[in-house]
Amino acid sequence: MRLFLPLVVTFVCGIVMILHFFIPHRPISTIGDGLTDWYMIVASAAIFLGAANLVQVHVHRINTKARNWQYSPVVLIGFLAMMAAGLVWGVEESLPFDYMFQTMVVPMGATMFSLLAFFVASAAFRAFRASNWRATLLLASAFIVMLGRVPIGGMIWKQIPVISEWMMQVPNMAGQRAVMIGAALGVVATSLRMIFGIERSYLGGAD
Amino acid sequence: MRKILEKLDRVDRRVIYLLMALSVFVPLSLRLSYPIPVGEGPSRDLFDAIEAMPSGSVVLVSYDYDPSTMPELQPMAVALTQHMFTRGHRIIAMALWPQGASLSQEAMTAVGDSLGKAQYDDWVNLGYTVGAGVSIVRMGSSIRAVFPQDRDGFPYDSIPLLTRVQSLRDIDLVISLSAGDPGIHAWVMMAGDRFGLPVGGGCTAVSAPEFYTYLGTGQMLGLLGGLKGAADYETMVREGRENAPAGLATPGMAAQSIAHLVIMAFIIIGNISYLVIHKRRKGAPK
Repeated sequence: MRLFLPLVVTFVCGIVMILHFFIPHRPISTIGDGLTDWYMIVASAAIFLGAANLVQVHVHRINTKARNWQYSPVVLIGFLAMMAAGLVWGVEESLPFDYMFQTMVVPMGATMFSLLAFFVASAAFRAFRASNWRATLLLASAFIVMLGRVPIGGMIWKQIPVISEWMMQVPNMAGQRAVMIGAALGVVATSLRMIFGIERSYLGGAD
Repeated sequence: MRKILEKLDRVDRRVIYLLMALSVFVPLSLRLSYPIPVGEGPSRDLFDAIEAMPSGSVVLVSYDYDPSTMPELQPMAVALTQHMFTRGHRIIAMALWPQGASLSQEAMTAVGDSLGKAQYDDWVNLGYTVGAGVSIVRMGSSIRAVFPQDRDGFPYDSIPLLTRVQSLRDIDLVISLSAGDPGIHAWVMMAGDRFGLPVGGGCTAVSAPEFYTYLGTGQMLGLLGGLKGAADYETMVREGRENAPAGLATPGMAAQSIAHLVIMAFIIIGNISYLVIHKRRKGAPK
């Protein structure tokens, strides 16, 4: 039963959603809409599970004095403060939640992503080497695109942005299409395997 | 010369970090500005599509990013909102990323207030929804089912802007400002391919190449890629408008220009030292 029930639920939901795509009429549309509503309810519940898991993990780290446990109280205090502010005063502008979001979350988030520039520069210096003709081709392409994406490229030579755009629209697009078609075929195959119960790894080891 | 190159090859990463920081900090401090010529391309295509829509059109803008990618995507949001409001379009904002709901509120309020646009009449922020692609599918039959109320808790049915908007079929254009998944892919596959809605987008520079496939097939009207796309759009919005407010992305392009040159200089130096040292090692007696 532990195996049979999830397989039946997956099969029924999968078939209904496929029919929902091809037959947008009642009763299939009504059942499909009901399933999408249920999906959103389950996904919302997953957020609470995630929050509970976050608290559990960090409380455990503090209790066991795990490596870098000192960061865990910061996580918990930040999490609880934001949650309390949102629940008590709401999330509208100029209220505590919005204030903390704008003055703490936004700059900290932007700072984290900005660090990427430093790592990219360092990694490019140490690893981006013209060691063979393929790497040299990649290097030349990178230079053209990097220059084409900034105003100074056009100031050096007017054709650089044009060549850069051509590289994005022709060789890049061809490569991306190949990747996308391959990934899509993989998704279709995996989905069918799951719907028909061949692929069962999502059941968490039940077999 | 060889010794210098060997020293350069072993340069401390903190030196690289310092030069990188200066390449961004100095142009911003000196307020360097370079002209931004906007040629034919995905940025122009998106601008033209919005320009061609009749006044009063309803545009759904999905804020599918968080503060980490805000420096690239928020300037796009502001420039797009300015353009749509000046063209008389109405905007429905929403988010597939939790923190996008607050970022959309910030952009909509700032631009809406500056142009005298009223919340609920000219724009509304529906907030965040879970479910990504599945939510979009549900919005195809009923937006109210996904958003029974807006971000501030105002019931869907009492919002004047939404009285004639029941499903995605009542929307004239969807724009997804996307930093990853869920984002443009979901909107193209669900809203565009399934319900036939025109879809435009904006994304980080690093993810722009993957969306060119949608541009090639016509599944997307246009695309703003990274800070360059945002600066392009700001330039087009300001064209012919003397009092248009200064953009957020344009000043950043000078800093990005210098930063790109610095990275390229690092790569060139790294390669010269690599070739010299490698050649010497290859020629060394065994």
